[in-house]
Amino acid sequence: MSANVQKGRHTVGATPTGLRARLASGDLGLIPVIIALIVIWIVFQSVNGNFLSGRNLSNLILQIAEIGMLGIGETFILLLGEIDLSVGAVSGVAAAVLVLLSVAGVNPWLCILLSVVSGGLIGIFQGFWVTIIGVPAFIVTLAGSLGYQGILLGMLGNTGTVPISNQTLLDLTSTYLTPATGWALVVIVTVLYALGAFMMQKNREKRHLPAPSTTATLTRSLIVLVVSAIVVGVLNTYRGLPVAGFILLVFIALFAFITQSTRYGRHIYALGGNKEAARRAGINTRAIKISIFTLAGLMGAIGGIIGASRLGSASPASGGGNLLLDSIAAAVIGGTSLFGGRGSMWNALAGALVIGSVENGMDLLSAPSSTKYIVEGGILLLAVTIDTITRRRRTRAGR
Amino acid sequence: MTSEQSTSLLSVQDIRKRFGAVQALQGVSLDVYPGEVVALVGDNGAGKSTTIKMIAGVEQPDEGQIYFEGQPVSLSSPSVAERLGIQTVYQDLALCDNLDIVSNLFLGRELKRTLIPGLPKMLKKAEMEERALPVLQDLSINLPALSTPVAGLSGGQRQMVAVARAVLWGSKLVMLDEPTAALGVAQTKAVLELIERLASRGVGVLVISHNMADVLQVADRIVVLRLGRTVANFIKTETNREELVAAITGVNEEVATAQ
Repeated sequence: MSANVQKGRHTVGATPTGLRARLASGDLGLIPVIIALIVIWIVFQSVNGNFLSGRNLSNLILQIAEIGMLGIGETFILLLGEIDLSVGAVSGVAAAVLVLLSVAGVNPWLCILLSVVSGGLIGIFQGFWVTIIGVPAFIVTLAGSLGYQGILLGMLGNTGTVPISNQTLLDLTSTYLTPATGWALVVIVTVLYALGAFMMQKNREKRHLPAPSTTATLTRSLIVLVVSAIVVGVLNTYRGLPVAGFILLVFIALFAFITQSTRYGRHIYALGGNKEAARRAGINTRAIKISIFTLAGLMGAIGGIIGASRLGSASPASGGGNLLLDSIAAAVIGGTSLFGGRGSMWNALAGALVIGSVENGMDLLSAPSSTKYIVEGGILLLAVTIDTITRRRRTRAGR
Repeated sequence: MTSEQSTSLLSVQDIRKRFGAVQALQGVSLDVYPGEVVALVGDNGAGKSTTIKMIAGVEQPDEGQIYFEGQPVSLSSPSVAERLGIQTVYQDLALCDNLDIVSNLFLGRELKRTLIPGLPKMLKKAEMEERALPVLQDLSINLPALSTPVAGLSGGQRQMVAVARAVLWGSKLVMLDEPTAALGVAQTKAVLELIERLASRGVGVLVISHNMADVLQVADRIVVLRLGRTVANFIKTETNREELVAAITGVNEEVATAQ
């Protein structure tokens, strides 16, 4: 029997996680959002031929850098099945810390560090309140959000908007990787990906486990090569890959690795999937929860720094508006479940691209704010509806 | 019951436990020998789950003594019990639906390596899968590819995963709380067969069940609890359903006192 099982497994497609299994578990990953993204791009491109130009895509990347950072933080929180309504306000406070320190003449890198630390401290505070005291995250972060807006107003005082004059801080969102660096990046990313995939395949083959075929590994590496080459090629027709976009990619790749390939990441998913099971398995659920809220605070601050750099200032409106909902939307539209345990960091990027593309496209069409709000609200509702329905289907199937 | 003379794997002697005003256990005694399946039966509130919790280290008895492999032990926490080789499969299974089979088997005990000290440790995914396969094959547990999320499994398969997890950690004693309660006929049969295979490997198995048919099929010995007390200890081949039910409900005693 065991031999049969083995044989059967080897014929089970190339990917260890078959599409059918993912369908059954309601975990479609990136497929729906990528389809949505392609549709959105085709629609806007057909209406306005400039949409997919290097210049506009470069702009789009700068627009989503902040949402993307907040979306990463929100994705971590959602993986636990919690919610953080304070990432927007945290980014505002971090922006104010950054700008005020910079105006006071502090070294820009120290400003960035302290700004990030301020976000982390807020995160620890919220994590403590949610985990140890046991107040629902919804309330802690909503109350916190109000409080941080107050702190932001207090810090900026009567001055209102404080402009950034330090060039290093402004450069964060106004410099680009040179075309040559961009191409080098394409090569490095492809080689690293192919190497990783190939080593994984060999490791599994050595242990006689079902492994992806060499063709599959090569195909996937080729897809990575083609996609990254197209992105860099198009962006190089303008000024190259924006540094802020590069930083976003580095963060996403780093956190994707942490969530998918480390024990800490595995425990995050376990905690989001079944808290009691995680606890009985001896996982320190409290430490993980506090650390995740801290991470969300850190990412909120990093997003705030990018936002301040882009605007060139911190103002009472920093971190306000629809930034919070956009970042939650980025995570959820990307396919991260509101109910915990399902999603990935790449979802946050894909979701941020969808949100950013819709906003950007409608700007190009000079759509009024009224239309923009309605369309974005509709997209968010649709994404959450899909999430809810897949979850209901799972529960009905007795899972 | 061939090993009456040899030391028991687990020996629970006259344990008592009080929760506030409720005397939950007032004298439970039972023995489990290696390779033996013992069923723990009783009506609701008879103290079955409390007894299992004592052995799993979740609760501690007020009085009485538990011996494991002949030595008196103090099961002060679940981890102490696990270290001795006692694994418990709870009724609600405690699996993470969103994780795949291997991840659930190794949950909390992931094989890992340090990439950079101080930073999160990297999982050895392939090694974990490689180590799980022989255990599953030994027990003839037939599961889909180990990278399938548990959400995609049937109730019986999930029970198999939960039991396999207990076995994978080198248990000497596996306790199962109502392992067939939520299962269909075919799945129940598969789980019962798995329990028999476990015992044939020398593992002691303690099963809580309400289902007399299951109990009579799989158990070597049946311990009956009533109102927190051990009231009977049957050898399967020397008893029948009526006698068991009578012991569980206490009908004979009532008849006796009435006369």
